[in-house]
Amino acid sequence: MHSPTPNPAAADLTVRDTGGVRSYVKSGQPYVWTTAAAIAVSVIITVALLVLTAVRGMAHFWPADLLQATYAPPGEAPAPLLVEVRSAEEVTGARLQTAGLPIEDPEALYTRALVKVGNRDLYGADFRYVVEEWIGDRSWPEDATVWERVEWGNLHGFLLSASIDGRTIAGPQAWTAYREAQRRANELREQIDAIERDEIGAINYRMERLRLEERRLELDGLTRAQDTAAFAALDARRAALDGEYAELNAERTRLYEALNRDSIAVRTIDARELTVPLAKLVAGWQPNDMNLLQKIGFWFGKVWEFVSDEPREANTEGGIFPAIFGTVLMVIIMSIFVTPFGILAALYLREYAKQGPVTRAIRIAVNNLAGVPSIVFGMFGLGFFVYFVGGSIDRLFFPEAAPAPVFGTPGILWASLTLALLTLPVVIVATEEGLARIPRSIREASLALGATKAETLWRVVLPMASPAMMTGLILAIARAAGETAPLMLVGVVKLAPNLPIDGNFPFLHFERKFMHLGFHIYDVGFQSPNVEAARPLVYATSFLLVVVIVVLNVAAITIRNRLREHYKALED
Amino acid sequence: MSGVQTKTPLTHGIDIESLEREQTGSRVDDGTIAAEVDGLNLFYGAKQALRDISLRVPEKKVTAFIGPSGCGKSTLLRCFNRMNDLIDGCRIEGQIRLHGKNIFDRDVDVAILRRRVGMVFQKPNPFPKSIYENVAYGLRLAGQSKKRELDEIVEWALKGAALWDEVKDRLEDSALGLSGGQQQRLVIARAIAIQPDVILLDEPCSALDPISTLKVEELINELKNRYTIVIVTHNMQQAARVSDFTAFMYMGDLVEFGNTDQLFTKPKQKQTEDYITGRYG
Repeated sequence: MHSPTPNPAAADLTVRDTGGVRSYVKSGQPYVWTTAAAIAVSVIITVALLVLTAVRGMAHFWPADLLQATYAPPGEAPAPLLVEVRSAEEVTGARLQTAGLPIEDPEALYTRALVKVGNRDLYGADFRYVVEEWIGDRSWPEDATVWERVEWGNLHGFLLSASIDGRTIAGPQAWTAYREAQRRANELREQIDAIERDEIGAINYRMERLRLEERRLELDGLTRAQDTAAFAALDARRAALDGEYAELNAERTRLYEALNRDSIAVRTIDARELTVPLAKLVAGWQPNDMNLLQKIGFWFGKVWEFVSDEPREANTEGGIFPAIFGTVLMVIIMSIFVTPFGILAALYLREYAKQGPVTRAIRIAVNNLAGVPSIVFGMFGLGFFVYFVGGSIDRLFFPEAAPAPVFGTPGILWASLTLALLTLPVVIVATEEGLARIPRSIREASLALGATKAETLWRVVLPMASPAMMTGLILAIARAAGETAPLMLVGVVKLAPNLPIDGNFPFLHFERKFMHLGFHIYDVGFQSPNVEAARPLVYATSFLLVVVIVVLNVAAITIRNRLREHYKALED
Repeated sequence: MSGVQTKTPLTHGIDIESLEREQTGSRVDDGTIAAEVDGLNLFYGAKQALRDISLRVPEKKVTAFIGPSGCGKSTLLRCFNRMNDLIDGCRIEGQIRLHGKNIFDRDVDVAILRRRVGMVFQKPNPFPKSIYENVAYGLRLAGQSKKRELDEIVEWALKGAALWDEVKDRLEDSALGLSGGQQQRLVIARAIAIQPDVILLDEPCSALDPISTLKVEELINELKNRYTIVIVTHNMQQAARVSDFTAFMYMGDLVEFGNTDQLFTKPKQKQTEDYITGRYG
């Protein structure tokens, strides 16, 4: 294009080719835009995921206003409503017509709203659809109240009077008196829970141990007639436990009586009057009377309850604490197994094994193991860990429990081991890469100082590779915490009566079944009879699962960054 | 630096026997010889890298290996502490005798050999640990764990490597924060901390700037009062400056070995003369 001149003028250096597709491609702009677009889409999707689950899930805990209105479909008698409006959408008349509603104009657009009516024991369902055009006389009465009940979902109505300790209080003081009494009832209920779950639970646990001890004596060939001393000791301990139980039971009965003392009278919107004992209620609030600050406080209380409480009502009410606990504990146990195992395997593969076709084949096999569907690992865990290993343990160490299995049944240990197996390739591959990145010069430095290979590995190579090992562990945690399918086979249940850790010796109960957030999402989402009530909980649980994974990862990443800071030697 | 001369700490993990054996070693020119290479052949697979090398490394002198790239001088150096063992398919014939003992014998413990024959590499390779831990590394390997003794030897070694004044206030800082020249001197301190008989220097200044090079060369001059030093260098001026004896190698052969002054002023071989006058290489 340009003829070379012996002494090019400065003008020759300026941009000449300013137009055309070719120069645009050459400039690199398209690549910059494409790469930037890719990262932008990723960021948007991630943020959208968090925002969607957070908003959909967390909005559930906001105290919605109660709308009082009359609902009058054409040709029907007007009926009163006291509802929370959940959502609304525009639909054509034709669609409503096919649903059996008396629509006059199929062409017109109507607004169909989903409302929560509550009072499931009276109406049969918590939710119903209404056509907004047929709602009249809207008002938001300040004394409209929502009660959360122990069972049957929420109660919508108006407080008539409170019967506290034999006195009936009506009028404006009734609400304050009720709140006071509700607080007392909740405290009593907590005490009863503590006695039933912790203290009586502990006695039951010890009783069961006694039964097993007795059974073991019998299996050893002892009879009551021969070995009176041993059996007498057992009987004495049992009698002592019986005595403790009787005491606790008396205490429990007393608490129940105290709990059942108070009740309230409630009028529902369709003028039914109910008497509800406070023992059946969890909380009551008047959303229309709350200001923003009160609502925010209420919201935080509800969120905390969700995080810290046990589930109720087939997991559609209450909290998900056991699921959070189970998820975290399982991940921790899995990490304890997978980390040393993976590191040892990687060490052999990279440092000791002779590099050749066999090593290469093993490496390929390990990498492919990471691609095996997780449910297959679940099947393996069930067949190998639960039935074979667990069954053998039961036969050898727990013959007294037969036919009931101890370890020969799905439990948290087997679930953790199965996931450890599932995430093993990730740890091996990451550790191997870390080992490969340690410069030869550093190894030679150690060897030249008279270190053996093992000393070099232990003192120099392993510490330097530790950030890579943590990377492997981070990936393993991220994968394991979210895994659901294999867990259903090896230890996760819809509702576990006890946490895997409690105050009874040996404190950590490896054989127990546990709850898991991932499975909880599935269970609430698919197995719940109350779809509309469950939906926000699915979002909320998903959000919490993400939060739990993020917290676990941030913890591991913090450790890794500390290590990296310490061993930032890998420039060459 | 004065530490090297004034201190007489021959108790630090060195065995007296080896010193006695040194005294009875055979003599070359005006001193005893520390190591004797005898008919050494080295093969990488089928390729022969060293051909029938024989030379004597005098004790407490600096012996330099020079020659063009790929001539096998580093390979020869790495035979002295058997670093070539780490390379797959490397086969050695012949002997290197350290105080009369062939280091390729089956009963030789490589770890002990390497404690007696220290090595400093081309690129400074400190461990990603503190300055103190770098120097103490070899001592800890040897089972030294008493804090006071370690402190003493670390200080002595750092003084010996002319680094003490620069780092004495930051012994717990990472060694990676040091400059290249400081790192190389730290590596030398690390090597002398375990009191080897022989120190191998594999192009120790090739990654350093001129000032650092000067410091390391000064250090080599100091160290030869205590240690037998073998240095591989690309730089002929450096060989002339620091060494007492020089071996010129070419294509795996030892062309000429002798007194440095003599080799640089009156080379016996035509090849040597061509190389040192810059006609090739």
